[in-house]
Amino acid sequence: MKAFADLYSALDGTTSNKAKLAALGEYFRHAPPEDAAWAAYFLSGGKPRQIVPVSALRELAQRAAGLPEWLFEESYQAVGDLAETIALLLPEGAQADDAGLAEWVERRLLPLRGQSPEVLTAALDALWPPLDARERLVLFKLITGSFRVGVSKLLVTRALGEVAGIDPKRVAERMVGYTDISQKPTPDRFLALVDPAEGEGSAVTRGGQPYPFFLAHPLQAPVEEFDALLGAPSRWQVEWKWDGIRAQLVRRDGQTWLWSRGEELITERFPELAAVAQSLPDGTVLDGEIVIWIDGRVQPFALLQQRIGRKTVGARLLRDAPAILMAYDLLEWRGEDWRTRPQSERRAQLVRVVAEHIHPALEVSPQVEADDWEHFARLRDASRDLGVEGFMLKAVDAAYGAGRTKDVGLWWKWKIDPYSVDAVLIYAQRGHGRRASLYTDFTFAVWNAPPGTPDRALVPFAKAYSGLTDEEMRAVDAIVRRTTVESFGPVRSVTPTQVFELGFEGIGRSGRHKSGIAVRFPRMLRWRTDKPIEEADTLATLEAMLPPASVKEPA
Amino acid sequence: MAADLIVARPEGLYCPPGDFYIDPWRPVSRAVITHAHSDHARFGHEHYLCAEPGRGVLLARLPGITLDTLPYGERITHHGVTLSLHPAGHVLGSAQVRLEHGGQVWVASGDYKVEDDGTCAPFEPVRCDTFITESTFGLPIYRWQSQPVLMAEMFRWWQLNAEAGRASVLYCYAFGKAQRVLHGLLRHAGTDLAMPGPIIVHGAMTGLNRAYAEAGVELAPTMIVSDLPARSPALQRALVVAPPSAQRSTWLRRFGAEAADAFASGWMQLRGTRRRRGVDRGFALSDHADWPGLLQAIGATGAQRVIVTHGNVPVMVRYLSEQGLDAQAFKTEFGDVDDVEDPSDAQPGSAVEASA
Repeated sequence: MKAFADLYSALDGTTSNKAKLAALGEYFRHAPPEDAAWAAYFLSGGKPRQIVPVSALRELAQRAAGLPEWLFEESYQAVGDLAETIALLLPEGAQADDAGLAEWVERRLLPLRGQSPEVLTAALDALWPPLDARERLVLFKLITGSFRVGVSKLLVTRALGEVAGIDPKRVAERMVGYTDISQKPTPDRFLALVDPAEGEGSAVTRGGQPYPFFLAHPLQAPVEEFDALLGAPSRWQVEWKWDGIRAQLVRRDGQTWLWSRGEELITERFPELAAVAQSLPDGTVLDGEIVIWIDGRVQPFALLQQRIGRKTVGARLLRDAPAILMAYDLLEWRGEDWRTRPQSERRAQLVRVVAEHIHPALEVSPQVEADDWEHFARLRDASRDLGVEGFMLKAVDAAYGAGRTKDVGLWWKWKIDPYSVDAVLIYAQRGHGRRASLYTDFTFAVWNAPPGTPDRALVPFAKAYSGLTDEEMRAVDAIVRRTTVESFGPVRSVTPTQVFELGFEGIGRSGRHKSGIAVRFPRMLRWRTDKPIEEADTLATLEAMLPPASVKEPA
Repeated sequence: MAADLIVARPEGLYCPPGDFYIDPWRPVSRAVITHAHSDHARFGHEHYLCAEPGRGVLLARLPGITLDTLPYGERITHHGVTLSLHPAGHVLGSAQVRLEHGGQVWVASGDYKVEDDGTCAPFEPVRCDTFITESTFGLPIYRWQSQPVLMAEMFRWWQLNAEAGRASVLYCYAFGKAQRVLHGLLRHAGTDLAMPGPIIVHGAMTGLNRAYAEAGVELAPTMIVSDLPARSPALQRALVVAPPSAQRSTWLRRFGAEAADAFASGWMQLRGTRRRRGVDRGFALSDHADWPGLLQAIGATGAQRVIVTHGNVPVMVRYLSEQGLDAQAFKTEFGDVDDVEDPSDAQPGSAVEASA
């Protein structure tokens, strides 16, 4: 644990990527593989299922520091990170533990899961005293699973690539699925990551391994510049941009794996897609979007949301929210890696494959044709009615890259503008991470009646925390402190004075929200210091944005 | 019950029987100044009184004022109120104000810290009936490491950077913190003065450094950047002590893009504040008392009544009440200059730098 805590401190103690890379390399070169396996797992975003309930951790800290609950809560609100709060509150300890990271995780932490409260309390109280302050911070970060230390997965793959003396892209390929919740990092899996042999990466040896997802770049230029920027439309394959879950469906050796873009295995959650794979030959990998599909029409994301997070899906949910794979790329065919072939060739083959293996839960994302970019722009205006987010533009000669890259091929996402309304800030809460201690997490409201209506009220409908600059963040924080009316726990209500233009991607009815409306990905687009609150939008504005189709209310 | 010796007025904390103010924020006739930070010591009063060791720094900050000084511990009587000043351990010349009248003793602490930092007279507990305390770091998450430990860490950071051939830029406030760093590094280096490289101070600091030196505080030897040739290799081993306002300034460019940077402030206790600052390292070196320090200081006064000013006021009031004390709050306009989280919305450096 000490070596890993040293690494954490080194990473945390610099903003330079070069220095971080050096620290990572140093660690991975010297750490025993069983420890390195877990380090790579945590640093690239791996999170074991909850080990200890959060309440038990809070109690532990209160007990050890002799604090009343409210004072712990105040402390937590100021720090904005549970692990850090606890580490700061515990009494000084001596450093007297030299167990490695793997021993800590496998022997001491994972076995705590599901223990009775009495056993847990005793175990937790014995856990931290032999650790120093830095190690404790790491310990509680491991337990809470919020392990962010300014290291991207890309940086980890670069470090491992250097250690192994191989192309980091190779490591990235091997790392796909490494942090999946159902698999444990082992010395063998780690050694396979850093195997100096480049290997062919043939499908036969790949098991259920997916390929790194190729990601698109946002296209924000005005359409008049498209000809100059992109050339003729004939050089591009244009498809709708689906609002679902990006996924790869892998069929090899008579087995099926469905991977989400977050590199989680989600096969069990979508039995209808597992069934699709059964009709495909071995050595097939499809890339596409999981969407809910009823009567030939994509359904709002809210419906898909009901399928996410459920390990087992009942017959009723399967009937009410049937999923399909909207396939748009073929990455492997008959065991051969097709990623270097041009986009157009991959698509042609994909269309053939799907036609030969007809299944109700498998569609090919249609290609949209138009004469010029202006025409595409007009077609794109229909996106909202169709339930899509705009267009994807894929260069016809593009190979399938890894991650958000441009070196072997190019994908653009040409999204429609978000919905937007002017809303009033009514509640604020302190933020997390770099927003810690500042009031930056806001609840926004719109009016329930048009201007001039007597006694009209503000109805909360969305929360948002992103979109402001650091400077704006501090300015709004000062306003919140100045205009606080009341505090309930960590939340402050403020005298409504500030209007923000709020953007969001989707909108639907919701029984869970006071306003009867739920929006997707809300964020602040602009601080409307020019607008008095009377001019903010009303509930009627939001209702007019609801999709025309009969949207089912999420249960 | 006897009338309160100190009340909050729109002008500042006021002593009715003595007819004077403590650290007033609006112009008044008589002002007792606890210390020279700009939220406590402002221009515009007719008569100023401060502790004798604070004369130099206060005049450096507010030149031309009508100033009387009083040695620590010496009593004077004004309109029947006995007044004395006692070390607060915050910065050079900082004082707690003790008032005695009609059988009551009140102490207004100004800003204070309990650890002896070697650059000013250490905090001295003063028995009283009512204690007015600050609460800048009034949460149990704030527990400082001792100055020698922090200085060792800072020294080590500098040394590693120097060995790697990159300058170390340390941001800290020009009055108090900078001198504490210079003094602390000198102590850490020991008698042979083995430093990893030269210490270069920003121009904003030289005036205050001089005031400290004249008051007999030992500081590590420093130079200003023009003392070195433009491309001197010594720049890559230097520790650069600069006010926060210098961050991202052109002045810093000469130390190279590879330079490591750090911020010295109690707020650096939290990763979030450090990340918001955008510096590599944070050293939680504060001129204010930490949580145990506040409780220790309050306890040592024996006061049954405690009035809390700037900082985490509601937390402190509630906690002290739960401990059985009669606790309440005063609304003041004290931010905290030297440890303010964000210098852009308080005044800190700017005023100090302008006069330094």
